[in-house]
Amino acid sequence: MRFQQIDQFAAELKADTRAAVYDGSKKGHEKRTKLLFDEYADPDRLRRIAGEVKQHVVENLDTYLPQVEAKLKANGVIVHWAATAEAANQAVLGIMRARGATKMVKAKTMVSEETELAHFLEKHGMEALETDLGEFIVQIDGDHPSHIVKPIIHKNRREIATSFEKNGLGAYNDDPQTITRRARHFLRHKYLEADVGLTGANFVSAESGRLVLVTNEGNSRFCLAATKCHIAMVGIEKIVPRDYDLALFLNLLARSGTAQELTVYTEFISGPKSPTQPDGPEEMHVIFVDNGRTEVLASDCRDILRCIRCGACLNVCPVYRQASGHAYRSVYPGPVGAVLSPLMMGNKFPQKADLPKASSLCGACHEVCPVNIPIPDLLLRLRNRAKEENVPSPGTPPMGAWAVLASQPTAWRASLFGGKIINYLPTKLLPIPALRAWEAKRSLPAWRGGEFRKWLKTRKGRADFSPPASSRAEAKKAD
Amino acid sequence: MLNTERKPITGKRVQLMATCLCDAFYDDVAAATVQVLEYLGVEVVFPEGQTCCGQPAFNGGDWTASRKVVRHTVKTFAGEEPVVVPSGSCAAMMFHGTVLEFENEADLGEVEALGRRTWELGDFLVNGLGVKTWPGRFEASVAFHRSCHSRGTNSSTAAAKLLGSVAGLKIVEFGEGEQCCGFGGTFSVSFPNISATMGTLKLDHIRAVKPDVLVSGDMSCMMHLGGLAKEEGKPIKTLHLAQVLRDALKNGKLI
Repeated sequence: MRFQQIDQFAAELKADTRAAVYDGSKKGHEKRTKLLFDEYADPDRLRRIAGEVKQHVVENLDTYLPQVEAKLKANGVIVHWAATAEAANQAVLGIMRARGATKMVKAKTMVSEETELAHFLEKHGMEALETDLGEFIVQIDGDHPSHIVKPIIHKNRREIATSFEKNGLGAYNDDPQTITRRARHFLRHKYLEADVGLTGANFVSAESGRLVLVTNEGNSRFCLAATKCHIAMVGIEKIVPRDYDLALFLNLLARSGTAQELTVYTEFISGPKSPTQPDGPEEMHVIFVDNGRTEVLASDCRDILRCIRCGACLNVCPVYRQASGHAYRSVYPGPVGAVLSPLMMGNKFPQKADLPKASSLCGACHEVCPVNIPIPDLLLRLRNRAKEENVPSPGTPPMGAWAVLASQPTAWRASLFGGKIINYLPTKLLPIPALRAWEAKRSLPAWRGGEFRKWLKTRKGRADFSPPASSRAEAKKAD
Repeated sequence: MLNTERKPITGKRVQLMATCLCDAFYDDVAAATVQVLEYLGVEVVFPEGQTCCGQPAFNGGDWTASRKVVRHTVKTFAGEEPVVVPSGSCAAMMFHGTVLEFENEADLGEVEALGRRTWELGDFLVNGLGVKTWPGRFEASVAFHRSCHSRGTNSSTAAAKLLGSVAGLKIVEFGEGEQCCGFGGTFSVSFPNISATMGTLKLDHIRAVKPDVLVSGDMSCMMHLGGLAKEEGKPIKTLHLAQVLRDALKNGKLI
């Protein structure tokens, strides 16, 4: 392949998909910015504080995790530890089998996307139904989410209407209200039939052991309303130290993710139903999932574990907007995914070592991140790791010869002079792929190597205004 | 990204880091930088041995190659004077990128020391020398492209402040100004499709406000956008901040 896989993917993307992703993410970013800057005098200060809190957690997971476990147990929750995706799925299956359960309703959780829980359970004869509208559409389509917060950002309503029709959810109708009403009607019955409700957790407070869930559709509440067993799959990095910290994080998460002051539903779950409560799950399990996270923790990119999965970096990223989430071949796309996904591969890092290259390093992701993750720095570290591990990188120019020239002034000056050849020779004849890749899209300015140095030496005194002869006029490219 | 531990300006002598791009393509930008600084009474020294800041290899992931070049640069720019560079990108490389790639190197201290005295041109003029307004005249509507390496630094506001103070010059705002032009160093040749699409979007926004000239503090962005526009058969006029400031002086017969 001549160029990078993600670039190729972007070039071949359907115009409809590109437009849907571009418009959706641009709108999301603009609304977020307006809301944050309209309401807060210094949103950057909030981002920095939130970043420091989460970095503190990441660096002290060894003390926070046992603390959380103890709190959860005291609250009547059964705690499981899963080192791998497989172990996490097995834990869920074990709980369901022990209860004789066969039906699960699922709220949206990215960690269950990591472990491909729904597929796993279906393979074992269980029904695992997505109840978030976007995830539901992805599920009936046999598709994958392409955004952390907006799983179907890549689809337009015509595509959704078509798949509803195909899946027996009524005749074609692309009115969003109709689509939503049909999904709601279908799901309502499922909530009542299900034995188990599965959720993730946006935050877990180490102080109280409270799980915090945010949704906009209220579907996670429904998942826990009629079911008798609640299972929460939680990444080990989801901890915040105190309940007090939630004020900061909930405000930042909703604003960064969906440009809301607060999500429509925010649930605080302290444990299973207590004897004095009329309803709710009588059994509650929390499965803490590692699945590569301790590898990330051990790396020099551990800052990425601060991520609270808001998706703001996807929305602002010019590469994500052009390439779409599926280009990243990972559960986590966009800038955060370009760091997290290769790291979570462990020793299969080379398979996704191209992801960190998919960035102009513009820094917009760092600028919008509610926990101030220096994403460009982490991308750079991973590029260096890929080079150290000799992972091939199509299209990236080799730098060895350049480094030799650029550390020897005499050779450098000679090549400044010698470079003039590109003004006279068709670049097609030059064996430099980078030059051809440049010229495929852009014309090259005339080579003026060494002209500045000449001017500096020959000009008459500083007061004399004698600019070098106009660039383009003189050394016109022979083309 | 902001180089916060910067050394205060002492004396009126600076070393010029011309950048490899100006050395190879944009000699007039380097010359304009000299003329602007000299107009302010600053003595400009040009260390002959300079080559490149090391960024291409740094961005490409080849930190061993990059460090080799950075070590050469540190040696070349020995001394105590401020180092002024007409590029936000090379400046950021000197005070941020190098620190990242020298994290575990014994000579990190020397590299950091150079970073602390390196200034992007606009930042140096406004925040280093305290120049708040610019004399002369430049009759044009200007679209000012805030290059990405100036994010989180004082450079963009400094440049906008200076440009805005020039008589006759009108800054026109364009849509999605915070978005990248798509250059991105090696990204421009390893992701040519995405890079060019990003550039075309930027050009659409710029053309929509019909500026006389597109100005930036970074020639890399201008090389990409100018080259794209030319390839599309709809060339746009691009200038570096230093060229606008120099031309304003010239038009006002101040130099």
